[in-house]
Amino acid sequence: MISRRDFIKYSLQGIAAIAVPVTAIEIINPSKLFASKDAREIRWGFLVDTGKCVGCGFCVKACKNENEIPYDINASRTWVERYVLTKDGRVLADSPRAGRDGFITGRIELGQGKYQDIKNEDIEKAFFVPKLCNQCENPPCVQVCPVGATYQTKDGVVLVDRKWCIGCGYCIMACPYGVRFFHPVYHTAEKCNFCYHRITKGLKTACVEACPFGARLIGNINDPNDEVGRIIRTERVSVLKDEFGTKPQVYYRGLSKEVR
Amino acid sequence: MVHGELWTLKELFVYPNEYIYWSIQIVMYPFMTGLVAGAFVLSSLYHVFGIKELKEMARFALVFSFALLFAAPMPIVLHLQYPFRGINVFMTPHFTSAIAAFGIVFFSYGAIVASELWFLYRKHFVEVALPLKEKKDKGLFEWIKFLIFCSLTLGVYDLSQESLKRDEKAIKILAGIGIPVACFLHGYAGFIFGSVKANALWMTPLMPVIFIMSAIVSGIALCMLTYIIVMEVRKIKMKSQRKPWMSLRLDSEMSLEEVKGAEIGVIKITAKYLILFMIFAITLELLDLVFRGYTAVKHWDILRTVIYQKDFTNIFLLQYTFGNLIPFVLFLIPGLTIRRATIGLVLAMMGVFMMRWNVVIGGQAFSLTLSGYMEYIMPIIPHDWETFKEGLGGAVSIFVMPFVLFWVIAKIFPVFNAEEKPSVH
Amino acid sequence: MMKSHVWRPLYAVIGIVALILIARVLVVPDSFGVHERGYMYGWYNKADEGFWKKVTVKYKSSDYCKDCHSDKYSSIMQTPHAIIQCENCHGPAMEHPENPARLSIDKSREQCLRCHSRLPYPTSDRAKIRGIDPDKHNPGIECVACHNPHKPSLEGVK
Repeated sequence: MISRRDFIKYSLQGIAAIAVPVTAIEIINPSKLFASKDAREIRWGFLVDTGKCVGCGFCVKACKNENEIPYDINASRTWVERYVLTKDGRVLADSPRAGRDGFITGRIELGQGKYQDIKNEDIEKAFFVPKLCNQCENPPCVQVCPVGATYQTKDGVVLVDRKWCIGCGYCIMACPYGVRFFHPVYHTAEKCNFCYHRITKGLKTACVEACPFGARLIGNINDPNDEVGRIIRTERVSVLKDEFGTKPQVYYRGLSKEVR
Repeated sequence: MVHGELWTLKELFVYPNEYIYWSIQIVMYPFMTGLVAGAFVLSSLYHVFGIKELKEMARFALVFSFALLFAAPMPIVLHLQYPFRGINVFMTPHFTSAIAAFGIVFFSYGAIVASELWFLYRKHFVEVALPLKEKKDKGLFEWIKFLIFCSLTLGVYDLSQESLKRDEKAIKILAGIGIPVACFLHGYAGFIFGSVKANALWMTPLMPVIFIMSAIVSGIALCMLTYIIVMEVRKIKMKSQRKPWMSLRLDSEMSLEEVKGAEIGVIKITAKYLILFMIFAITLELLDLVFRGYTAVKHWDILRTVIYQKDFTNIFLLQYTFGNLIPFVLFLIPGLTIRRATIGLVLAMMGVFMMRWNVVIGGQAFSLTLSGYMEYIMPIIPHDWETFKEGLGGAVSIFVMPFVLFWVIAKIFPVFNAEEKPSVH
Repeated sequence: MMKSHVWRPLYAVIGIVALILIARVLVVPDSFGVHERGYMYGWYNKADEGFWKKVTVKYKSSDYCKDCHSDKYSSIMQTPHAIIQCENCHGPAMEHPENPARLSIDKSREQCLRCHSRLPYPTSDRAKIRGIDPDKHNPGIECVACHNPHKPSLEGVK
């Protein structure tokens, strides 16, 4: 419980924070996070190797089971997208049932029950991209929560308090990556939390565990011996939609400009 | 089924978790707060700037603004997945969120309007409460009435000239403070949308200003419309009272002709302010549109298809043509009549509603992927609580609410035929 | 009168604010406050972290299986299917073997097609996986009728 004086102080700070986002001037990058590891011993980060993903969807299946997201609803904490670029310059993308059942046909889902067939010889390039919560360093979803029901833990994971969430949907609107939805049972905002119950016990996330191809990796990027941290620091990686200034902590190998 | 799936149609590439999460109630929310702000600004034009022609309208607008005030947060409460947890906004406000400011701003604004009303009607409360206080063996109804009015006096029974002068001064100060607060109340509603950086259509610093201008338009239009209705009812009553077999008990000292003359006079004056704010609103909206088209950043490709194709009817026909252009012309043609004004006012309000619709629903008409679309199919016939509140039924209930409240509040505050206060001018 | 009546509405407002502040003390959990990430990102009920840490772990990984099912485990480890976790087909091992004693096994055709429906996508590893056209290769018949997922090489075909 904070005192009233603190409450007022923090309120004023909050108002000031809206007007002057000082943190925006400061560049937070992995090396800097690495350097400041004394302040935060653990910072969970994720690495997706899009080249290794074959679109089997085992990650989505495992995630839904592990995190008690009703299996048949059309929403998921993690999903797999498919991008197909044709020789005549079209970009087609889909994620049927969030990729839960994998991609077993070449037909692209267009929504409203429509599909498009593409001949194999017309394809210039095609690939799969797994998506999940970016656990942003500056999470806009947390910034806009009016009641403090979603928050970032010390180790960088964004969680939702199901007992405090009022269900306004502002966080869902604020997320540029579309990772949030309303849980159909609990009716509160729902999102990927890097399987917080697993990583805090030293286990890997359910999706990382389920991926046969090593397309997904999770690690403490503040740990100098951690593979994810090492790859992020020493190899060429990119993040999704960095123009929003959210500083995502899910890094991608082999991202292409068509990826949304 | 996921929340939102029922009324969302997806087309092309849309992220799996994307649906129309903010539906009709979030359209109603800025519409209703807009009416509150607009009604208050209208009443303040008289109290602060001393525009005497608006005197009769001002008193009415203030009471109506109070009625609207209670209805304004209802859409957002109905929209919540946990309406009763809405109180958390007061318990643990997170001021980095535009919605958290709602609690504070709304409360301050409500306090200002309520205080202003108290000063305006304090004399009336005392005049009702005092005789009841002295009266012995009150009936149950009288007891209730006494308790209501007794508490409304806040324990002050002083009706001296000096105290009434203080009332006048307080009203003026409160109306003055109220204008920026009303603009802030609604401007921040614009900020709720304008600050969502993830949404290509919403994110513009012009959003709060656009919202305030159109809010004032809708608020003035609603006040004028309600004023016309009330005056028409009054005329019908007076006509029936003229009949020889009825008693000559007139509830006003004005004659029928005087009422008619006063009515069109008030409407003509107020219409000028309506047109003024309408020009501001349209200018800003068009500036926004032109700017987006000219700068044509990454998301313009999809915005263009939404604005000029998918939502063309809603934006250019319903909002700009029927909601702005036609009322504009109707009010500018000389020789304004009550009937013409009524049509213009209904259209202007529809225009502002469509503006809210095109922002809230239009902002979700395209996917975050910028390569897919979503369409909102508003539930018309409800089959459960959710489809009622997030559908036509919920919207209509919210719209009717302030009128019912006004009717109730008008029982306590005599809106019309109130005795003249001693002037301090 | 010393005190002017004009302050009465203000007293009423102060009264309401006081009520809200009292309600805050009663309603807001003690662990609610500003935590490590500051007011912008760390304004929350600390106790809720515990809720998320307590979620039941369902997937135990193949290491959990290998001691009791060492025969199956070591044989599959000799095959290209060594990369697939047991639980991807056998289901999460939570509370196994106590309850349920036997796990449900997904032997469906769709399960195999997740990888083996041929999608020759250039720039994707999917193209490297041996696959079939599901519409032409024995449609309607379960893959396990001929293939053994624990011995996936074509020599293992029944």
